[in-house]
Amino acid sequence: MADYKIDDTVDITDVVCPVTFVKAKVALEELDDGQILAVRMNNGEPVQNVPRSIKEEGHQILKLEDNGDDTFTLIVRKVEDE
Amino acid sequence: MAFTNEQLERYSRHIILKEVGAKGQKKLLNSSVLIIGAGGLGAPAAMYLAAAGVGTIGIADADEVDLSNLQRQVIHTTADLGKAKVKSAKETMQAINPDVKVNTYRKFITSENIMDIIKDYDFIIDGTDNFPAKFLINDACVMAGKPFSHAGIIRFKGQLMTYVPGEGPCYRCVFKDPPPKDAVPTCKQAGVIGAMGGVIGSLQAMEAVKYIIGKGDLLTGRLLTYDALTMTFRTIKLPKNHDCPVCGDHPTITKLIDYEQVECDMHM
Repeated sequence: MADYKIDDTVDITDVVCPVTFVKAKVALEELDDGQILAVRMNNGEPVQNVPRSIKEEGHQILKLEDNGDDTFTLIVRKVEDE
Repeated sequence: MAFTNEQLERYSRHIILKEVGAKGQKKLLNSSVLIIGAGGLGAPAAMYLAAAGVGTIGIADADEVDLSNLQRQVIHTTADLGKAKVKSAKETMQAINPDVKVNTYRKFITSENIMDIIKDYDFIIDGTDNFPAKFLINDACVMAGKPFSHAGIIRFKGQLMTYVPGEGPCYRCVFKDPPPKDAVPTCKQAGVIGAMGGVIGSLQAMEAVKYIIGKGDLLTGRLLTYDALTMTFRTIKLPKNHDCPVCGDHPTITKLIDYEQVECDMHM
């Protein structure tokens, strides 16, 4: 994580699909173009689906880190559309 | 304002939409809509707007719930018979979504009270069933610079249009004056198919939502008509009338008018 300056962090381990993605999307909306968000999520379904959904929204996935505690942290750069 | 996890879940299907997102949902939560008439049109409009999280909803109606209302006014139930419609409507809206603040106006809208009631709202929904009220709402909204959705339903037909200040025609550009008394039957005399209120009232709610989130094209300068028997929707282009007595270049109506209302027109 030291590679990037994290502007904001959101923890989506306390919610289930589709609120996982919704919570990450809301956090991204709060950021400016180019800022970086760290999203902590559970292993399994969230890791399979949330990065893909964020990518479909046009944001840039920089990294997915295994935290070693059955959670992952996704590093995303916000890409403002229009 | 940050969303709670509960709000994220409640509004998740909105927030996921690109056109709504967190920003649009916040706009909805911070918005206010006044619904005039808690009847066939107002019932579905109120329920969808409450469910959508419109933060403040005003509802105006002088009547009580009558057995003949329940065939179409889905916001009221058999247990609500005899209750003020605004009270029954408020209870249903708050049961759907406790986030919503509901203001009730248990009165007929008149030239005396309408300006004071509409002034605090972002968008007005005309869910009334009589011409005097429709012209009054139009004139008041034009004078106060408020956007509103007009609609009317009868038998198997419905229509709606949206007025936005400075964009397109008002109701009076299209329909100059109320028709002569009894020239047009009321829905009490003529009947109306129950789901018609659901179709047209839901479209009114949709116009309010689109206006609030600022997405898509509104029914400004267009009248949408729906005929359920032939199953046809038509949109008719309507120009602004520069000689309109209320929104035209040289308005001659500068004071609100209470047109005469026959007794049986008073029921929603």
